[in-house]
Amino acid sequence: MALSIEDIKKVAHLARIEVSESDAAATLTKLTGILSLIEQMQAVDTTGIEPMSHSQDLSQRLRDDIVTKTNLREEFQKNAPALGNGSVEPAVVDGLYLVPKVIE
Amino acid sequence: MINSSLKQLGNMLHAKKISSVELTQTFLDRIQQYNPNINAYISLDESKALAQAKAADARIAAGNVVPLTGIPIAQKDIFCAKGWQTTCGSKMLTNFIAPYDAHIITQFDTVGAVNLGKTNMDEFAMGSSNETSYFGGVKNPWSLDRVPGGSSGGSAAAVAARLCAAATGTDTGGSIRQPASLCGFTGLKPTYGTVSRYGMIAFASSLDQAGPMAKSAEDCALMMNVMAGFDERDSTSLNREKEDYTRDLYSSNSAKPLQGLKVGLPKEYFSEGLDASVGKVIEAAIAEYKKLGAEIVDISLPNTGLSIPVYYVLAPAEASSNLSRYDGVRYGHRAAEYTDLMDMYNKSRAEGFGAEVKRRILIGTYVLSAGYYDAYYLKAQQIRRLIAQDFVEAFKKCDVIMGPAAPSTAFKAGEKVDDPVAMYLQDIYTISTNLAGLPGMSIPAGFALSDDGVSLPVGLQIIGNYFDEARMLNVAHQYQQVTDWHTRMPAGLE
Repeated sequence: MALSIEDIKKVAHLARIEVSESDAAATLTKLTGILSLIEQMQAVDTTGIEPMSHSQDLSQRLRDDIVTKTNLREEFQKNAPALGNGSVEPAVVDGLYLVPKVIE
Repeated sequence: MINSSLKQLGNMLHAKKISSVELTQTFLDRIQQYNPNINAYISLDESKALAQAKAADARIAAGNVVPLTGIPIAQKDIFCAKGWQTTCGSKMLTNFIAPYDAHIITQFDTVGAVNLGKTNMDEFAMGSSNETSYFGGVKNPWSLDRVPGGSSGGSAAAVAARLCAAATGTDTGGSIRQPASLCGFTGLKPTYGTVSRYGMIAFASSLDQAGPMAKSAEDCALMMNVMAGFDERDSTSLNREKEDYTRDLYSSNSAKPLQGLKVGLPKEYFSEGLDASVGKVIEAAIAEYKKLGAEIVDISLPNTGLSIPVYYVLAPAEASSNLSRYDGVRYGHRAAEYTDLMDMYNKSRAEGFGAEVKRRILIGTYVLSAGYYDAYYLKAQQIRRLIAQDFVEAFKKCDVIMGPAAPSTAFKAGEKVDDPVAMYLQDIYTISTNLAGLPGMSIPAGFALSDDGVSLPVGLQIIGNYFDEARMLNVAHQYQQVTDWHTRMPAGLE
């Protein structure tokens, strides 16, 4: 399956990574090389083989429904990034994170 | 002292021939002298390290001593350590101060080990040369124009240059074993689920596993005793009895201490793609194992070649999901200028991630996207089972598998950086054990001469069956009783 520039742009959008026109061309070359490596898989007959998602047969453990975590909000918010667009203040106010307006 | 084993250092500390503060200061001085050139560490905090050393000395004075109390350890910068900058080698996390400790950091704290600093690594552990680090490449202490391997390249160089007593690493496709091979020391990737991933920054969750990087098998066993064990905070941590990984290490009077051990040699590990100079060293190591009593069995792992294509579907797929958390909202890099929320995501991620990380996120997003799931992701998971099945068959014929850990010795910086596919082939002998979830290690087996006449370390890989680490460590230990490769140090670092 040959990749196109449009594929790169679509995937970059899905991955939320801005890719400039010139980067898209370079990325296309590199990803085409990696995909041709991956294509080797298609030669293998895998009819009837159970997919293996994990090396161990695991099931989710259950725990008692009790509070086990302490509130570390202030600690976590020390890592808030700078707000941006001219402000170097942390992107937090009253314990909330600030992002651009999403609802009019 | 810098070349002493963890056991020897422990004895010196316990007998009060040296204090932990003195030992820690010795390594800090060496780091100050050599690190500006080697670049093994991303962050150092002398006052924190010395405070831990002082606490360890108080503990020793009170007689409350266990192995590793007071021993200075380097931690890969993938492990969150409370109050420490924790970057995972990325611009994305340059300003991230970990608000809590990873499980293994807690474990090392509990025994009173000293955290010397956080070591350099490929960005988000994606790389085999340490060249994708935002904080610059790491030099191989054996030849400064060469790479140390990756992704645990900083820990590797720190162990090889004796800038720590031992270090931690993580291995998703070979990131402990390939650098151990290229830098000439002992590294172990345990069975998946043995060491908790809590607080270890995620790359590919079904493959990531932490392990020790140290001078000898005995040192790795002592590190494993601290690192391994059940942790309910990691849903893939295996609830098993606590093991003593030193239990099988013995000193034998017999000339053939490994009598009866069946060593399988997979023909696929000795075919095209393996440097002849590396092959020679591995053959000599196998001959030594025969002298120790091992019986050699020819085996086949027919799907070895498919491990790389399968890995480069599954690991990027898991990474694209894991790394979606870096959105510039709560922590990590946020673009300085943006118009709306979507633009903030797009720019923050474009600026915060390096080229290789972006490539893998894009590959992962592509193989998981609508219409391609069956052809790529499902297919890869099916072949993953074939690869795991190869090992099940092989272990019916042998106790351990041996071969090279990497196809070549350390290559020059810049040599493969523009060719991702060539770089990926560095992990041809290591990736399949991650896919199967098996334990693997690399031990120093000698030196090979490069094309330009430089003598470079070669690692012998030992792969064991699930939970067979203690036996593997003894298999390595017996070899280290009759060889001295693991005690060799790079010139100019004495």
